[in-house]
Amino acid sequence: MTEKLVIIGNGMAPGRMLEHLLEKAPGRYQVTIFNAEPRVNYDRIMLSPVLSGEKAYEEIIIHGDGWYIKHGITLYKGHKIVAIDRQAKTVTSDHGVTEPYDKLVIATGSVPFIIPVPGHDLPGVLTYRDLDDVRAMMLAAQSRAKAVVIGGGLLGLEAAAGLNAQGMDVTVLHVMPTLMERQLDPAAGYLLQRAVEQRGIKVITKANTQAITGNGKVERVELADGTVIPATLVVMAVGIRPNAALAKEAGIAVNRGIVVDAGMRSNDPDIYAIGECAEVNGQVYGLVAPLYEMARVAASHLAGNEAAAFVHMDTPTKLKVTGIELFSLGDFAEGDDRQEIVLRDAAAGVYKRLVLKDDRIIGTVLYGETADGAWFNDLKKKQTDISEMRDTLIFGQSYQGGAPLDPMAAVAALPDDAEICGCNGVCKGKITGAITARGLTSLDDVRAHTKASASCGSCTGLVEKLMVLTIGDKYNPAAVQPMCSCTALGHDEVRRLIKAKGLKTIPAVMQELEWKTSCGCAKCRPALNYYLVCDWPDEYADDYQSRFINERVHANIQKDGTYSVVPRMWGGVTNAAELRAIADVVDKFDIPMVKVTGGQRIDMLGIRKEDLPAVWADLGQAGFVSGHAYAKGLRTVKTCVGSDWCRFGTQDSTGFGVRIEKFMWGSWTPAKVKMAVSGCPRNCAEATCKDVGVICVDSGYEIHFAGAAGLDIKGTEVLGLVKTEDEALEHIVALTQMYREQGRYLERIYKWAKRVGIAEIKRQIMDDGEKRKAYFDRFVFSQKFAQVDPWSERVSGKDKHEFRPMASVGFAQAAE
Amino acid sequence: MMNWVSIGSISDIPRRGARCVATPQGKIAVFRTADDQVFAIEDHCPHKGGPLSQGIVHGTAVTCPLHNWVISLETGKALGADEGVVRTIPVRIDGERLFIALEALASRAA
Repeated sequence: MTEKLVIIGNGMAPGRMLEHLLEKAPGRYQVTIFNAEPRVNYDRIMLSPVLSGEKAYEEIIIHGDGWYIKHGITLYKGHKIVAIDRQAKTVTSDHGVTEPYDKLVIATGSVPFIIPVPGHDLPGVLTYRDLDDVRAMMLAAQSRAKAVVIGGGLLGLEAAAGLNAQGMDVTVLHVMPTLMERQLDPAAGYLLQRAVEQRGIKVITKANTQAITGNGKVERVELADGTVIPATLVVMAVGIRPNAALAKEAGIAVNRGIVVDAGMRSNDPDIYAIGECAEVNGQVYGLVAPLYEMARVAASHLAGNEAAAFVHMDTPTKLKVTGIELFSLGDFAEGDDRQEIVLRDAAAGVYKRLVLKDDRIIGTVLYGETADGAWFNDLKKKQTDISEMRDTLIFGQSYQGGAPLDPMAAVAALPDDAEICGCNGVCKGKITGAITARGLTSLDDVRAHTKASASCGSCTGLVEKLMVLTIGDKYNPAAVQPMCSCTALGHDEVRRLIKAKGLKTIPAVMQELEWKTSCGCAKCRPALNYYLVCDWPDEYADDYQSRFINERVHANIQKDGTYSVVPRMWGGVTNAAELRAIADVVDKFDIPMVKVTGGQRIDMLGIRKEDLPAVWADLGQAGFVSGHAYAKGLRTVKTCVGSDWCRFGTQDSTGFGVRIEKFMWGSWTPAKVKMAVSGCPRNCAEATCKDVGVICVDSGYEIHFAGAAGLDIKGTEVLGLVKTEDEALEHIVALTQMYREQGRYLERIYKWAKRVGIAEIKRQIMDDGEKRKAYFDRFVFSQKFAQVDPWSERVSGKDKHEFRPMASVGFAQAAE
Repeated sequence: MMNWVSIGSISDIPRRGARCVATPQGKIAVFRTADDQVFAIEDHCPHKGGPLSQGIVHGTAVTCPLHNWVISLETGKALGADEGVVRTIPVRIDGERLFIALEALASRAA
């Protein structure tokens, strides 16, 4: 009979334990998890990149809902266990669910330490532990106001960098004289402080917080020396303590944390504790590597292997703030029996310090350049006698024996038991072994099979080098398709970084994201220009030299170098005066071809470039504006005659089509957007193969999207049915804005929808009114800057140089 | 003998852009790069005759607006896998003034 295993808590340690257990003893336990957080298991180490905007929550999920279903695990989300009955062997949640267990694993983690100063309970005081904290901070950051982070340790600095990236004015208060004093010596702490301050974050050290004050909410922080700092948000990141209260109430032995033996077993033989809540040999842990080790040991015991034992080890610390390289390991206090080797390179911002005892490394601090961290860690772990290479030790592994400074050679020279992934304790041999044995060719595969680089990701470069060393060309490091050969980054990464780093010009993007070419190419420049136009509508100055010719001169280039001109005919409706004006223009400029387009308007082809401004002037006189027939933007809104004329029409499809077009014209989008509104399901406007379409019915407006009738043919998906025209407009606009913000340049709506999922789009646009409204508002804001008729601008003289030759030369000589 | 003809000022051409000069033998495209180098080539892509002056300028190359051939402004040769060459015309910058060598054109006409 299967035994019942109950787990309290669903953080990274129990998640990892289950993975081991499912591998070692599949089917042995029927597993039930109670998670106080209303969600699945995600990578808490990556919360800082989520806060700074460099990653999305979806990207840091470790086990999605499907994983629990696949393994038959019952997960109670949002259930906090309030009691353990050790006699009856049951646990009970705050929602009243009682579950019996044969074995119980407590993984309740830690609680943030709150400094008990007056005002610590005011609204606006947050901690930094879970996704809810991050979401609350991101919400607060929207005000762009002032934030104070109390605590200059790892978490505090990551929180400060994240809030700074979100546009807040951030001050870090740290009670000690230098930052991260537990991991860094004062010199490195100083360099770190300087780097943090260079990002515009203020740092006050030796800061003793006396009170947080304000009227009903946080307004300021007061220090013991009388300093007053205005703030609307205070983040407490001063430390954590094991969350052992539940165990204590149940009568389990608790000291600082839940006391367990080296097999992670508490004084109740059926109850284990792992993670930050557990105390082994008098030590509690907060970094992920030892927690994962606890998970491995506990899983072994649960699977029947009583020999597995937890052994203490030092874990390197790394700061996850983009652009700051920092590595710290072991003991680096000064002492009479210790020597140190220091390397400073002020120009390069590099500081390295090794602390030695008896010719062995016992501590390492690296700042600015951390590539040798793994090697120093290995020397320390193995207690290698370094006296032979003492003189050159600080220059790193590649320097030893005069080997060239080739990072590949350095990785190749690492011994098989050198630790590559500190978070998961994966050594080189395990990675190369798995690559060979299982024929792995992608980074994701290696992550799945070895866990290396699957947590904080800072060893990804090393893992990739190992893959190249092991399988050579078969490894294609570009798992993400780069935008073009000017960069290794993909479109999504670039878009996210533009927002996260506040990049507002093409040169800034290329500089900050380390473009390989000096000014890009014809692939990346138009894409970047679009992303910047979309993301900073009020601030970005459109770079016309990065636009394709059609968008630069607002006409469509033809094979012979002439242009075609398509004026807007709102909803495909025209009249005698407009048609007469078009006829006059055709005569006057001797336009060779006039054609009715598929988008219900009129195309004039074969116009010489020099004539374009004059053609537009005449069309403008008749009230025409550009039809943007050349744009990665809103093209046409086709309509049928609807309830005004048609005996089947259910709504005013013509009027609604005109309304949509007048609302949305001028907007730039990742690729062209074509729309249609049909007045009844007979669908004469062919709305069901458009990017966005509307089918009017008696009960309202059925909104469709993600159709295609070009290279691919695809019927639309139904977004949903709304009752009124106003609602339909709001939904369509919000959908378009979502696409504008997420689409990759030149990616049509149907491809974007396939990538992000129809269900997700429906959830955000149909079900989440707040999100929909926010999308709508952002579109309306951007239209303030977009709805300028480009033709009349050019008739008034803008970009004159585009339409005239620079000079005419040689004709006189030819005539002679 | 080189006959240098004035065609205007460097500021007439936008950076990373081009202007045309009309001649009896056809259009010449005059390019200005991001770092103010100036090049002149025939405004005629070796592929299907596309107007290179209308392309996107990057580095010292231009991408043809018709089918995305990339042409070196320095040599007139198609870059990458494509093969073809367009005629280059000598340019001289004298302060702000730009000159092109017309003989090159005449000899072509001859």
